[in-house]
Amino acid sequence: MQWRRLKDAFATNSFRIILSLTNSIIFIIAIGLFIKGKPILFQKSISELLVSSIWQPLKGHFGFLPFIIGTIAVTAFAMTLAVPICLLSAIYLAEYAPRRLRELLRPVIDVLAGIPSVIYGLWGVIVIVPLVRWLGQVTGHITSGYNLLSGAIVLAIMVFPFIISVATEVFLTVPIEAHEASLSLGATRWETVKHVVLKAARRGVMAAIVLGFARAIGETMAVLMVVGNVAKVPKSLFDPAYPLPALIANNYGEMMSIPLYDAALMLAALILLVIVTIFNLGAHFTLLRMERKSQ
Amino acid sequence: MKRRKLEEKIFKALMLGSLALVLLILSGIVLVVVVRGASSLSLAMLTQTPKGGFYLGKEGGILNAIIGSFCLAIGATVLSALVSLPIAFALQKEYTGSRLANLTRLSLDVLWGIPSIVYGAFGFVIMMYLGLRASLLGGIIALSFLMLPIMTRSMEEVIRMIPIELKETAYALGITRLETTLAVVLRQALPGMITGVMLAFGRGIGDAASILFTAGYTDYIPRSLFDPVASLPLAVFFQIGTPIPEVQQRAYASALILLIIVLVVSLIARLLNARYSKNIIK
Repeated sequence: MQWRRLKDAFATNSFRIILSLTNSIIFIIAIGLFIKGKPILFQKSISELLVSSIWQPLKGHFGFLPFIIGTIAVTAFAMTLAVPICLLSAIYLAEYAPRRLRELLRPVIDVLAGIPSVIYGLWGVIVIVPLVRWLGQVTGHITSGYNLLSGAIVLAIMVFPFIISVATEVFLTVPIEAHEASLSLGATRWETVKHVVLKAARRGVMAAIVLGFARAIGETMAVLMVVGNVAKVPKSLFDPAYPLPALIANNYGEMMSIPLYDAALMLAALILLVIVTIFNLGAHFTLLRMERKSQ
Repeated sequence: MKRRKLEEKIFKALMLGSLALVLLILSGIVLVVVVRGASSLSLAMLTQTPKGGFYLGKEGGILNAIIGSFCLAIGATVLSALVSLPIAFALQKEYTGSRLANLTRLSLDVLWGIPSIVYGAFGFVIMMYLGLRASLLGGIIALSFLMLPIMTRSMEEVIRMIPIELKETAYALGITRLETTLAVVLRQALPGMITGVMLAFGRGIGDAASILFTAGYTDYIPRSLFDPVASLPLAVFFQIGTPIPEVQQRAYASALILLIIVLVVSLIARLLNARYSKNIIK
């Protein structure tokens, strides 16, 4: 009897330790990356690293600006493409589609969200890159097709399943009574969506968008394969770009042979980690508040 | 009045158009990979390792990458399940107050959102610390970090679905919490947990960014945990990056193999879930 109690107490205590370890993983990752990235911070100020656009590791110039601008440009443009399409689809699924269709599409969208990113990248190389090259020719831009626009299109498509499923969930949390009240006043369905549903769900929709944004900003392989990877600040949609994740992935080979190179890349990973975590936390609390309200 | 109806019609058309566009593009991706891949798929691709000059378009296949991917994903799944299971158990009400449990759920969600390239970089940091080179073990460690939140969250969801009465019955019989967890909770939740494990496996086998630094790439099948190891996503990535058409054809075939594995895993997870959940007391 005593022995069984002891085992139980032991398990309870170990479970507590396990949970605190789980909670500290994120800090361990951040500290690990910081320690490896620290040497470069001793030699250059952080502001110098962030605003300089000269990237010449061999000469000791590590300016992150082209990569930061590249990341922001690709992600922002991808979201501009994805958000309207995803929200319209999600409104249709939540408000108009028959229940059966919604239940049918849910697993399909889940499966599509699980398709590996290299496959999206491969498809980008086969389909989007030639398309964008042609588009460039038509509009008078000289481009190989490996540019910011291609990266943004592929990225937009990758976040489709993700944003649609989160946004659909959000729209479904709007209480049916709100619909009924609006419809009974003679509003059309679209007016109900526009004035009631979108208003009630606007925080949740923001959270869905932010989650999609956080997902998109760290996406590596698919973007890397189509975006061109030239370390210059892009001036137009048809210029190649070089986002941070691609920078880290592309240079793992030589980073050990050049001084400070590995530190610069680990710092880049840390920057990504911090950005994504901030966005995720913001979206998480917003969604949590929505859930509480709807209950 | 007419204007209102018109607006409704326009927006409904836009919505249908968007949904159709999304489904069209996404099914187009699957279709392109299947069609392009199927035409360059051959038995040699599946049964041979790269021979000399493989990356110039000569003989060989990607057996090394297929086996390597399974080694990585299975290893990481096992490692991650060993860590996830206690975490999921510990999140139950009996062991943890709701504040700590909610905090841990939040941590797991944040971990879920971390880009896989960051896990790759962190895996690299761990490897430097342990004095490892790019190897199967390094890849497994990085991948299991990636899988951990996916697996734990879905296991925990399943555990939370178990009716409280079932546990109360066990407690009423004088069984300790730990025994209840192992005898009642584990048995009830196991089928659902398998779904979570499969989900994480599918995610792990398709991920490239986290194993880029940590697993390396090689033409050989790994013999030990400390050998570098090839993987399907990187096989796709490296082969499409070459200028030689024959090699690019093989990238399509590799992508098809990868896609089939991911889809089959996802399908099995769903079927198992549907089949076993019938036998669970609800």
